[in-house]
Amino acid sequence: MSPREMVGRIGFYTLVALATAFFALPMLWLVSTPFDAQPGLALAIPDPTLGNFSELLDNRYALGSLLNSILLAVGTALLVVAFAATAAYSLSRVRIPGRDVLLYLLLLLSSIVTGTAAMVPIFLLMFELGLIDSRVGVVLVLSGGLLPAAIFILKDFMDSVPKSYEESARVFGASSFQILKDVVVPVIRPGLATISVWTIVNVWGNFLVPFILLRDADKQPAAVLMRTFYTEGGSPNLELISTFSLLFSVPVIVMYLFVNRKYGFRFYGGIKS
Amino acid sequence: MAQIDLVNLSKVYPGDVRAVDDLTLTIPDGEFFALLGPSGCGKTTLLRTIAGLEEATSGSVRIGDRDVTRLPPGKRELAMVFQDYALFPHMTVVDNISYPLKIKGLAKEDRLDRAVKAGDELSLDGLMERRPSELSGGQQQRVALARAIATHPQVFLFDEPLSNLDARLRLEARTFLKRLQRDLGVTTVFVTHDQAEALAMADRMAVMQSGRIRQVGTAREVFQHPVNTFVANFIGSTPMNLLDASVRGDALDVAGQRVDLPEDVRRHVTDGQEVVVGVRPEYLTVSSSAVDGGLQGVVAIVENLGTAALVTLEADDLSVAVTVPDGEEPPIGADAWVTPVPGRVLIYRREDGELVDAPVAAAVG
Repeated sequence: MSPREMVGRIGFYTLVALATAFFALPMLWLVSTPFDAQPGLALAIPDPTLGNFSELLDNRYALGSLLNSILLAVGTALLVVAFAATAAYSLSRVRIPGRDVLLYLLLLLSSIVTGTAAMVPIFLLMFELGLIDSRVGVVLVLSGGLLPAAIFILKDFMDSVPKSYEESARVFGASSFQILKDVVVPVIRPGLATISVWTIVNVWGNFLVPFILLRDADKQPAAVLMRTFYTEGGSPNLELISTFSLLFSVPVIVMYLFVNRKYGFRFYGGIKS
Repeated sequence: MAQIDLVNLSKVYPGDVRAVDDLTLTIPDGEFFALLGPSGCGKTTLLRTIAGLEEATSGSVRIGDRDVTRLPPGKRELAMVFQDYALFPHMTVVDNISYPLKIKGLAKEDRLDRAVKAGDELSLDGLMERRPSELSGGQQQRVALARAIATHPQVFLFDEPLSNLDARLRLEARTFLKRLQRDLGVTTVFVTHDQAEALAMADRMAVMQSGRIRQVGTAREVFQHPVNTFVANFIGSTPMNLLDASVRGDALDVAGQRVDLPEDVRRHVTDGQEVVVGVRPEYLTVSSSAVDGGLQGVVAIVENLGTAALVTLEADDLSVAVTVPDGEEPPIGADAWVTPVPGRVLIYRREDGELVDAPVAAAVG
């Protein structure tokens, strides 16, 4: 290796190290700051304490908001999986003219539904329906936004289930529901797991929809509560923000690890038989 | 156990595609019956219509004394083994075999009992806790069969039962399936595109083309006495010689040579009629010296078939294939004379390809 190459190598790795550090620093901040008695915005060796956690527990909304997040996320996931699975199944099995166009159109529009652009009409719609300040309303809006993509992904899984599986079950006398329950759903289980986790993560991090549709502070999810952690002086309360951020991240990470180990994530169909 | 009756059965797909065309067929109780034909001939559609997976456009399907035409597949008391076996990948072998029984509402113990028994019959003991992905192709087939047997159906339907096995296993499975069917005595219909498979396994078969049956018969009937040139051409591992000829009095003119016309067909033909002479390579003998009434040709190709050789002679612009025993092949380029085994020559009408001594509408049983 010539000195020239050596210098090039060193330069390259230095660059990679800097880039890695740039992305790793916030993570390090997230895991170290909650245990620091004097948290700052800079990364520092913590002055170890658990005081931040007890301060957080004193906040009357903190734990409740995490529970709210779970309610919204699980509710939406159940709705999305149930509707996406049945819709994807029928779209995969029944020939409808223009089916693929319909799917792409749905996918295109879905990003608008929960997006900022449609927030005013959605607010008005929910207001007319009397679903303002209701968790059901939030779940419905979020489900509507996530369903098209979920249907799109699940249809691919459904397409990969050989027709002969279902026909075989039909010859044995199984009803459509039994076929779906006993044959199709178990075969596409990795797809269902992927969709559930993807939905939960989406809802967990969604700020705008619950922020606009929920009034009652007791109903607000964690993502919305985060906004309220300020000191009387108006500066960010870093003790609370950092501690709450950590608690906020842990459930999603745990769920991800659990589901990945149990089912494995896949965004495509296909049977490992 | 039951007889299957198909009466004027038709299956028409949108666009007026007649997959099964006004077909009438009776399969007696306990018979091992093959639906044979080239791809696209409607044999699989016919099987699926019997199963109830396709709805008949017209006509009726009867199993035993019941008209099942409008019944869903689950109510027809039949079991079907699919080409890919359709074993459920998320269930163990024992769960796969007992799943149909679960659908039928049997208690858990009875289910297991029957599944284990069916598994034992097909020597699957020891594999019962495995997943289908952990089994070989032959084992998977046996699981699919066990699953079908455990339901005690009136009728078995097999869709291309051997096509997913490798060549060696196919021969074993052939013998195995035939023995199994005989032991169980259940009326069985299977679909195949392989004429050797049908000849080897089936008690009787229907040779199909374009949604219609061209001939129904035993292996021997279909092989020795095909009623039209389609069946003649389709059956047999070496294709039948089908030579254009014309009738000249009491003889035939084949490639400008005078060849004997079999006596029993003389009254069915008229002088000057254009015919097709059909004779299997196995029913021709070859001689290196002139034979009266034989067809003379020049040896062009010799193909080795193992215990015999397939010799192709060229006479004028016709080729004639003859099988000769091992070691008796004539040298290439030599003159040779072929004569048919008496009673093995079939004469077809040129215009419609039917046997001259058959009634004008082909015999359909």
